Amino acid sequence: MAASDVKLLGARPSPFVNRVQFALNLKSIDHEFIPQNLAEKSELLLKSNPVHKKVPVLIHGDQPISESLVIVQYIDEVWSGPPSLLPSDPYDRATARFWAAYIDEKWFPLVRDLRNATDEQSKAAAVEKLFEGLKLLEDAFVNSSKGKGFFGGEKLGFLDIVLGCYLGWVRAGEIFTGLKILDETKTPALVGWAERFASHKAVDGVIPEPEELVNLIKKFQARAAAAADASSK
Amino acid sequence: MAEEVKLFRTWSSRYSLRIVWALKLKGIEYETIFEDLTNKSPSLLQYNPIHGKVPVLVHDGKPVCESLVILEYVDDTWKHNPLLPQDPYEKSMARFWANFGDDKLMKSIWQLFIAHEKDQDVAAVAALENLKIVEEQLKGKKFFHGETIGYLDLAFGWIANLVSIIEEIMSLKLVDGERFPHLSSWIQNFMDAPVIRDCWPPRDKMIIKYQVGREKHLAAATPK
Repeated sequence: MAASDVKLLGARPSPFVNRVQFALNLKSIDHEFIPQNLAEKSELLLKSNPVHKKVPVLIHGDQPISESLVIVQYIDEVWSGPPSLLPSDPYDRATARFWAAYIDEKWFPLVRDLRNATDEQSKAAAVEKLFEGLKLLEDAFVNSSKGKGFFGGEKLGFLDIVLGCYLGWVRAGEIFTGLKILDETKTPALVGWAERFASHKAVDGVIPEPEELVNLIKKFQARAAAAADASSK
Repeated sequence: MAEEVKLFRTWSSRYSLRIVWALKLKGIEYETIFEDLTNKSPSLLQYNPIHGKVPVLVHDGKPVCESLVILEYVDDTWKHNPLLPQDPYEKSMARFWANFGDDKLMKSIWQLFIAHEKDQDVAAVAALENLKIVEEQLKGKKFFHGETIGYLDLAFGWIANLVSIIEEIMSLKLVDGERFPHLSSWIQNFMDAPVIRDCWPPRDKMIIKYQVGREKHLAAATPK
């Protein structure tokens, strides 16, 4: 299939876009990455995802697919040869989907809370909540990996992609707050996993460097402060 | 080998109903455990320690949580009468729309339901916009996937029952036949479908429950 048949509309710092990039890399799918300016959305983006107007959008042939978890499952189903991203057993698949929902709906919003925390007290409170979630994910990892290196077992799979895409932001959060989030004394299995994940060839070069993300955090906070100032005048 | 299937649910949970319908469509025998969420059973907390919510499907002792995850599990495990389309693109669309239903549509209708009078107009705009999006999806189709009931009908099934309850409590019409001809037809077809029809919770009990819930929210949100 020619590279032009598979396009990814995305933005480099978006962990949701990164997920799709991991999946495409793991499956060795040739594709064209079309960076999007989210402050000034392109015609193509608005046409391809009229409901949410967000990235990532995968365009396969002329069919657009939106929502990162939907896209990753689509990739796994269309390019169904090895490596499989989702487990083959229905119960393991359900478990993977359950944790994906937990990570996106409950856990990652806590990382965002950390990014928005401006004083020491709220930063510490945010990190505490993150730890609680990470303890659950530590158990999930131990159960899912069955003694091997990844959530997917010997190979990187769906849940590795779903959680791994946030590692850049987690690291940026640590730098920004000066607090440890992935702590080997608290979640040793996940710390080991994070190192293995980050050095995997399908992941290498996809997630922006933490320093770049720290700068983005500072920009978000500056903009939020300016908007608050402007509206209080 | 006899399979053991249990479903933890409440009498009114719209998420649990999705699983009731799915199991009925697949002809799967199961045991129902009704929960009182103000007094959760040890079993529920053991099977769903993270959220403590219903529905939970327990298949041969192994729990599956989150209604859309359970629907896919049911479809993956009992392959006859498939709920999801076979084609990967159609399947993706089904998953996308189910997410939209839960994340955007349900939230906007709920926001309207608990809005104070002064905020109702704005809340209604969002709810109606989202309903219009669903209306578009139903053009030319009896059910979301065509002629027979499938995953998306189960995912959106709550509309068929809850919207009219909300309309009655608020004395307003949200889904009228003129603006929403396809959605109105779908609601009728879905309400009346043999597999679906007998599962609805008692309407009078639902009205009371939702009325009480609404009053609580309005009282809590009233500025002092």
